[in-house]
Amino acid sequence: MKKLINSPEGVVADALAGIAAAHPGLKIDYANRVIYRGDSPVAGKVGLISGGGSGHEPLHGGFVGLGMLDAACAGEVFTSPTPDQMLAATKAVDGGAGVLHIVKNYTGDVMNFEMAAELAAAETGVAVKSIVVNDDVAVQDSLYTAGRRGVGLTVLLEKIVGAAAEQGRDLDSVADLAAKVNSLGRSMGMALTSCIVPAAGKPTFDLPDDQMEIGIGIHGEPGRHRVPLAPAKEIAAQLVEPILGDLDFTGAPAIVMLNGMGGSPLIELYVMYGEVKAILDKAGVPVARTLVGNYITSLEMAGCSVTVLKADDELLGLWDAPVSTPALRWGV
Amino acid sequence: MTATVQTLTNWLLSFRDVVEENKQWLTELDSAIGDADHGINMARGMSAVADKLTATAPATPGELGKAVGMTLVTTVGGASGPLYGTFFLRFGVAAGTAEELDAPGLGAALRAGLDGVVARGKGEIGDKTMVDAMAPALDAYDAAVASGSSIAEAASAAAAAAAAGRDSTVPLVARKGRASYLGERSADHMDPGSASTAFLFATLAETLR
Repeated sequence: MKKLINSPEGVVADALAGIAAAHPGLKIDYANRVIYRGDSPVAGKVGLISGGGSGHEPLHGGFVGLGMLDAACAGEVFTSPTPDQMLAATKAVDGGAGVLHIVKNYTGDVMNFEMAAELAAAETGVAVKSIVVNDDVAVQDSLYTAGRRGVGLTVLLEKIVGAAAEQGRDLDSVADLAAKVNSLGRSMGMALTSCIVPAAGKPTFDLPDDQMEIGIGIHGEPGRHRVPLAPAKEIAAQLVEPILGDLDFTGAPAIVMLNGMGGSPLIELYVMYGEVKAILDKAGVPVARTLVGNYITSLEMAGCSVTVLKADDELLGLWDAPVSTPALRWGV
Repeated sequence: MTATVQTLTNWLLSFRDVVEENKQWLTELDSAIGDADHGINMARGMSAVADKLTATAPATPGELGKAVGMTLVTTVGGASGPLYGTFFLRFGVAAGTAEELDAPGLGAALRAGLDGVVARGKGEIGDKTMVDAMAPALDAYDAAVASGSSIAEAASAAAAAAAAGRDSTVPLVARKGRASYLGERSADHMDPGSASTAFLFATLAETLR
């Protein structure tokens, strides 16, 4: 294992220290492993909290700041944070208008956030609502599984809902908007390589040079199927077709993210985006906004994911609203 | 015989030892169908529980349950933390202010824990989860108490049923948790949560014997 770390067990704490050093506008609670925007709590604004296992950077800590999250809770690598972290964050960001928990649909994340919401209700009376993001079309049969995983759409949702909270909408309105975004977005991912969890020290799975995994999540878990490596044009089709087959995107303006899994260079992500855009054009899906880069990663995994959100004037307006975070910044 | 705070403390220290001894095996079970951390996470949590019980010495079974539950919730993470944490939190609430638990009292506290796990995880028998070991264990315990068995005999019956329940998960296709994403590929593997639950009841039986 070759990694830029001091020790496998210190990686999360050391990364928090680095984030603090790089972004003095953020506040870091090292004991609870929570990253806060510098001016939290913002009086009268709905507080937005997310969190999850580490290893997906810049998600979630890189999206803390004006127009996006108020706090992000960091767990161990690929392990959900615990309710006491989320409770501390919930109390700290409540500006009197309540708090929304943004949760990716993984069993551990969902249960820990549920317990945090129960503790918040019992201890503080802070109004808490939750949105569970489940946009991964690779998981087909949700009746007999834990349901679709929360992946790339989480980034777009945190931006759009964050803008609405910044504009002063109340908790019910912000939660309804989050549910709307979740219902209109779909994602699909693929991997060229596995990744190495620092504490494990070896790749999570073996993937021969001539093969790729289609339909992966963000924890190095196996995908829907393993197929021979193919040109970018064919990979793009394998990602976009299941998305378009799951929801009718035709005619409405789309917000599209071509996301790197952490180990693919930007030049390849742009090659992929070109192919994705050509497929969407042909399918009659007008792309209104685009994001290309590493936004929700799986350590050093090579590969990418595609997220398509069926937007409207409201969502585009919120997308364009000012945002100032380490990983997304415009309009300020 | 009844279960005192000291008995329950001995049970949890014994469970800690068994989890530590089997940490590698539990993690290997989890590698096959999950995310390869069950043994590591449970060992970390039970080590923290042992420290907590040594440092605070709860006065009643109720206080002990709540202390153990909060410690697990805050140290384990993942899915096991909320599930085992909820089990002991509900155990503690059900035990109330009693100084010690008789056979029906221990059964009621354990069943409250099971009900908490089911409510938290929304798992049912046959989903290939810890419920497959825990639910039969409590049914066996209650049946033994109803037929006049001692607390030790009832705990032994629960341990045997938990082990059988654990073994019953091998052929199942997972319908909850991360293993469910594997579909048919999750069959022919033992569920790691049911394996740690079988240890929980085995150590209870040994402690009460």
